[in-house]
Amino acid sequence: MTGTSTSAAPMLETRALVKRFGGLAATDHLSLSVAVGELHALIGPNGAGKTTLIGQLSGELTPDAGRILFDGRDVTALPVDQRSRRGLARSFQITSVFPSFSALDNVALAVQAHAGHSFRFWRDAARDRRLSDPARAVLERVGLGARADVPASALAHGEKRQLELAMALATGPKLLLLDEPMAGMGPEESARMVELLAELKGGVTILLVEHDMDAVFALADRITVLVRGAALASGSPAAIRADAAVREAYLGEEGEAV
Amino acid sequence: MPPLIRSPLAPRVALALLLIAALALPTVAVWAGEPFYLRLGARILVFALAAVSLDLILGFGGMVSFGHAAFVGIGGYVVGILFAHQADGSTLFGWPGTTNGYIVWPLAMLAGGLAALPIGAISLRTSGVPFIMITLAFAQMLFYLMTGLKAYGGDDGVALWSRTSFPGGPNIADHATFYYVSLGLLVAALLVCWRLVNSRFGRVIRGAKDNERRMRALGYPVTRYKLTAFVIAGALAGLAGALLANATLFVGPQYLHWSRSGDLIVMVVLGGIGTLIGPVLGAAALLLLEEFVPEAMNLVHAGLGEHWKIVLGPILLGLVLFARKGLWGLVTGGNRP
Ligand SMILES: Nc1ncnc2c1ncn2[C@@H]1O[C@H](COP(=O)(O)OP(=O)(O)OP(=O)(O)O)[C@@H](O)[C@H]1O
Ligand SMILES: [Mg+2]
Repeated sequence: MTGTSTSAAPMLETRALVKRFGGLAATDHLSLSVAVGELHALIGPNGAGKTTLIGQLSGELTPDAGRILFDGRDVTALPVDQRSRRGLARSFQITSVFPSFSALDNVALAVQAHAGHSFRFWRDAARDRRLSDPARAVLERVGLGARADVPASALAHGEKRQLELAMALATGPKLLLLDEPMAGMGPEESARMVELLAELKGGVTILLVEHDMDAVFALADRITVLVRGAALASGSPAAIRADAAVREAYLGEEGEAV
Repeated sequence: MPPLIRSPLAPRVALALLLIAALALPTVAVWAGEPFYLRLGARILVFALAAVSLDLILGFGGMVSFGHAAFVGIGGYVVGILFAHQADGSTLFGWPGTTNGYIVWPLAMLAGGLAALPIGAISLRTSGVPFIMITLAFAQMLFYLMTGLKAYGGDDGVALWSRTSFPGGPNIADHATFYYVSLGLLVAALLVCWRLVNSRFGRVIRGAKDNERRMRALGYPVTRYKLTAFVIAGALAGLAGALLANATLFVGPQYLHWSRSGDLIVMVVLGGIGTLIGPVLGAAALLLLEEFVPEAMNLVHAGLGEHWKIVLGPILLGLVLFARKGLWGLVTGGNRP
C-alpha cells in the first residue's frame, strides 16, 4: 500500500483512525479501505459512529489518532474545502442546503465551487450559462428539473434530500460520501434514489451510510459493519448476510428480515 | 401579515422617484430659501454611503460588524491629518500635507481598506456574538487611539477651514456641488455593490451567510471571500469618512465611537437589511428624525427637545416592528432590488 500503483491503490483508506468524545470512542482504531469504483456501504446501529467517520473523512472533525488517505495522498491534516477541491464530496444526514437560494442556484453554487476561483466581481452569475447549464443537467438527473426555480426552503423533505445529493454530484467528485441519503423519504422516493445510486455506481466511488437494508444489499459491492466505532465485519453482501456475529450484533437486533 | 400599503411601488418606479427627489433637492432648497436642507441632504448621502458599505457585509455576508464607524473615522482622519500638515506646512513621514482630492480621497479609501484587513482577518476567526464583540473592541481601541493623538487635537479633533480641492474638477466648496458629488459617489457605490452581490463573488458571500458549513463542504475557502468583502466595505466606509470630514469641516474621535457604529446598524436594519437601497432610506429616516424630533418636541414645550433620545427610541422600535422588511420593503412590497 505505498500508493505508487494507482490501479491497485484504494480511493480511500483509513489507518487505525481514532476519535473520542470524552470517554466514548466514536471511532475506535478503524482501518477501512474503499476501492476505486466500488459502492461501499457502511452500516451499523444508531450511535455506531458512522456520521462521526464521515465527519473525519470530509475534514470537519479532526481525528485523535490515525491517518486518512484519499486518492493516494495523506489528507489527514487538510481542511474541508481543500479535500472537496481534490474530489471528495459529501452529503449530510441532516439536510444542509442554502434556504434562500433556488434549487438551481444551490446546485450552481456547487458547480461554481469547482470552476476556478470566485474572485469575479462584475458579471451577473445568474446569467452565466457555464454555471446554470451544468447545474440544470444535474437537477434533471436527480429528478428535480421541474423544481429548478423553487426556493430550497420551499421544497418538500424528499426533494431537499434529492437536492442534497445533486449538490454533492455537481462538484464532479471522485468519491461521494453519502450519509443516509434516504433518511425520511417515502417508499417511492426511496426507490427513485436507489435507482439513481445504481446509475451512479461504477462512475464514481461511493461510501454509502444507510439504514435501509433492502437498498444496501441491492446496491453494495462491499459492506462494512460498524459497531461501537470498530469494524465488526467487512465483505461482500453475501458474506455479511451469512456472518453470525453480524446477525447477532446488528441485523437480528434491528429485526430486519435478511 | 396583510400588506400595510395596498399597492406597493415597483422597485424600479420607487428607485426612479428617489433619484428624481435627490436630484431636485438642491433646486428646491434654494428656491425655498432653506440652504440648511442642502447640508442636511449631503449628510444623509454621506451616511447612506457608510450604511450601504455596512450592509454589504452585514446584510449580504452575515457579518455583524459593530465597529464599522472606525473605518469611516479613519477615512475622515486621513482628510483631517493631511489638511493639518498642509495648513502648518509640516511633513508626515517626510511627506507634505495636501488637500488635493485626487490624492486624499483615494488615500482615505486605501486607509479604510488597509485597516479592515487585519481587523477582519482576526475577527473572522470567530462568528456570531464573539465576532460582534471583537469588531466592537477594535473600533473602541481606535477610538481611544484617536483620543490620544494630541498632535491632531486629541479629544477635540481637527477643524478644517476649507474643503478638499479638485484642481481642474468640481469645486466642492460650493454646497450644491458638494451635494451632487456626494450623490454621484453614492450612486456609483450602489452600482458597484449591486454588480458585486450578483457576481460569483457575491454568491459566495451570500451562500456563506445562508450556510457557511455547506460552503466549506462544497470546496470554498470561505474566510478568504468574507475577508475580501470586509476590506471592500472598509474602503467604501473610508470614502464615506472623507466625505463626512468635508460635510462637517471637522474630524474627531467621536466619529469612531461605538454609538456611531450602532447608528449605522440602525440605518441598515431600519431601511431594509440585505437590500442595497434600504440603507439609503434608513440613513435618511434616522437623520431626519434626529433633526426634527427635537424641534417638534420644543414646539410642544420649550426645552423638551433636550430629551429627544427618549422619544426617538420608541419611534425607531415602532418603525422596525411596523416595517418588518425595512422601509424599502414597505415601499416596494418586499421585493429586492
Ligand atoms: N460532537 C459530539 N460530541 C459528543 N458526542 C458525540 C458527538 N458526535 C457524536 N457523538 C457520539 O458519538 C457516537 C457516534 O455518533 P454518530 O452520530 O457518529 O453515530 P451514527 O452511527 O451516525 O448514528 P445514526 O445512525 O443515529 O446516525 C454517539 O454515541 C454520539 O452520541
Ligand atoms: Mg449518523
